[in-house]
Amino acid sequence: MGRFAIRRIAQGLIVILGVTVVVFVVTRLVGDPVDVLLPLEATEEQRAEFERLLGFDRPIPVQFADYLGDVARGDFGESIWQQRPAMEIVFEHLPRTFQLVFPAMALMVVLAVPLGVLAALRPGRLSDRVTVVLSIAGLSIPQFWLGLLLIIVFAVELQWLPPLGFGSFRNLILPMVTLALPAVGRLAMIVRSSMIDELNQQYVKMATAKGLPYSRVVAVHALRNAGIPALTLTGWETIRALAGYSVIVETVFQWPGLGFLAIQSIERQDLILLQAIVFVVAVMVVLINVLVDILYKAIDPRIQLA
Amino acid sequence: MAKNVTDEETRAERREELIRGRPYEILRALRSALREIVSDRVGLFGVGVVGALVILAIFAPLIAPKDPAAQDLTDALKPPFWYADGDFANALGTDSLGRDILSRMIYGTRITILVGVSVVAVSGAFGTVMGLIAGYKGGRTDSIIMRVVDTQVAFPGLLLALVILAVIQPSATTVIVVLALNGWMVYARMTRGVVLSVRETPYVDAAEIVGCKPKRIIFRHILPNLTSPLLTLAVLEFARIILAESALSFLGLGIQPPQVSWGLMIAQGKDYLFSAWWLVTFPGVAISLTVLGVNLLASWLRVVADPQEREKRFAQSSTHQTGAGTGT
Repeated sequence: MGRFAIRRIAQGLIVILGVTVVVFVVTRLVGDPVDVLLPLEATEEQRAEFERLLGFDRPIPVQFADYLGDVARGDFGESIWQQRPAMEIVFEHLPRTFQLVFPAMALMVVLAVPLGVLAALRPGRLSDRVTVVLSIAGLSIPQFWLGLLLIIVFAVELQWLPPLGFGSFRNLILPMVTLALPAVGRLAMIVRSSMIDELNQQYVKMATAKGLPYSRVVAVHALRNAGIPALTLTGWETIRALAGYSVIVETVFQWPGLGFLAIQSIERQDLILLQAIVFVVAVMVVLINVLVDILYKAIDPRIQLA
Repeated sequence: MAKNVTDEETRAERREELIRGRPYEILRALRSALREIVSDRVGLFGVGVVGALVILAIFAPLIAPKDPAAQDLTDALKPPFWYADGDFANALGTDSLGRDILSRMIYGTRITILVGVSVVAVSGAFGTVMGLIAGYKGGRTDSIIMRVVDTQVAFPGLLLALVILAVIQPSATTVIVVLALNGWMVYARMTRGVVLSVRETPYVDAAEIVGCKPKRIIFRHILPNLTSPLLTLAVLEFARIILAESALSFLGLGIQPPQVSWGLMIAQGKDYLFSAWWLVTFPGVAISLTVLGVNLLASWLRVVADPQEREKRFAQSSTHQTGAGTGT
């Protein structure tokens, strides 16, 4: 188990390194960072001066080595926009994204698992249909549009909830639902199909023949085995939410989290802040991946992962 | 000599018969294809949606009631026709600059198809080639390529796409490039899987033994196995790309004005949520219906294009008809 964990962590470090390299390459080579940072009227001398100041005139490998050294020390530079250390700003916004994503994921599990189990137990009936429709809708409806629709229905027409902002629990509801709903469809489908698979297995028939009440068989035995694909998907959805969908949902609802910060730093061309954000997100993604894999192996020791 | 003349005559006769009989054969094939499409209502919806999309895109100037860029500030923010102050000239209302929503939606199909087809073509071509190389060469090349794939898959693409688009000026071309960079891995994985499984088959083994060059083996034996799963995957990816492009355009990092994209329309309408709900709603309906239709088309294609799946479906339907079996 230890060796396995070490290997996964090593792979994770490679991913983080890869992401860092890509971000570095993109911000230095693809666009011209000096153009981006200076106002348009800057003269040639001012440009040269600025380049020297920020170290952009040095050869690229030197810049990269320097960058890596900074990263290792945790120094991500000062945000151009706010003139503060970039990491400070990131760590201010990160908890707010957690406050949105984790309740949303909890909501997703709470809704999807019973729905999927019910759908598996009663094929063709209401819960089954609802699961399939929800899953197809989750595939097709753009998340930002869902959020806007919810705002129109609940904030404009019915006026039950505030349309955007941050602060109270009422502000949390709409963004949380928007994040959770498409994922509920996907997770419920997975729970449903893995439950159907499990319920067809020999051991279920054996357990019921032995005399165990069906509810116990389902809840304790079948669910536990079906839980593994569901766990994988939950981990994957959390990653997608943290690293992707939160950007969209936070923008729609003006929720001041990391995703919203990313969009703002793009608007203000603050590449330093953007680099810091991407790095932190990469670390989170890797951590969650490794965690899920270790949990996986802990739950089912039979699993041999590559 | 006499034999050759008779052969020629027979050949000429047969050719004539074929030509005379052709129209009937073609009609019959068409009719049965049509029946097949119509009988599967889910597939029909998918085919219908994609067909409508293509027609709207090609004939947009003829179908759209107004010029999508024509501004008329006196007519700004007009509601759809079923409202008291709406009318049929702007059936779905107008936006803040007085442009007709319906026409803009129709012209939006062009960007949808352009971006979707381009990304699928580029990422599909690149990914398939990578998968072919990885699967056929095996060994070191295989593990290197797969390592790259796994690393890139592990990190969700939206954030990296944002970084790239932050530095380059966003436009239709950059969106295509970024989405293609994000999407090639799935083709590589699938192609590699198919190549690996096909390589074990006796006929490929025989071809290798006989001494066929790798190029011939790939083109004649491996590629035909790829067409059906590749087609289905391409259609599925097309759906995903429509969603991705609309999200990027919504964030302002995709298609830029004056071009028209459904995601961009939603972004432009976002500021008027409280006063003009139609600006946001109708483009979103367009996106959802299109993506739904394309997904359904993909699942229909999965059955129709793969001979094994067709057999399965045929077997299922015949057991239903005879009412036989233990029932489902």
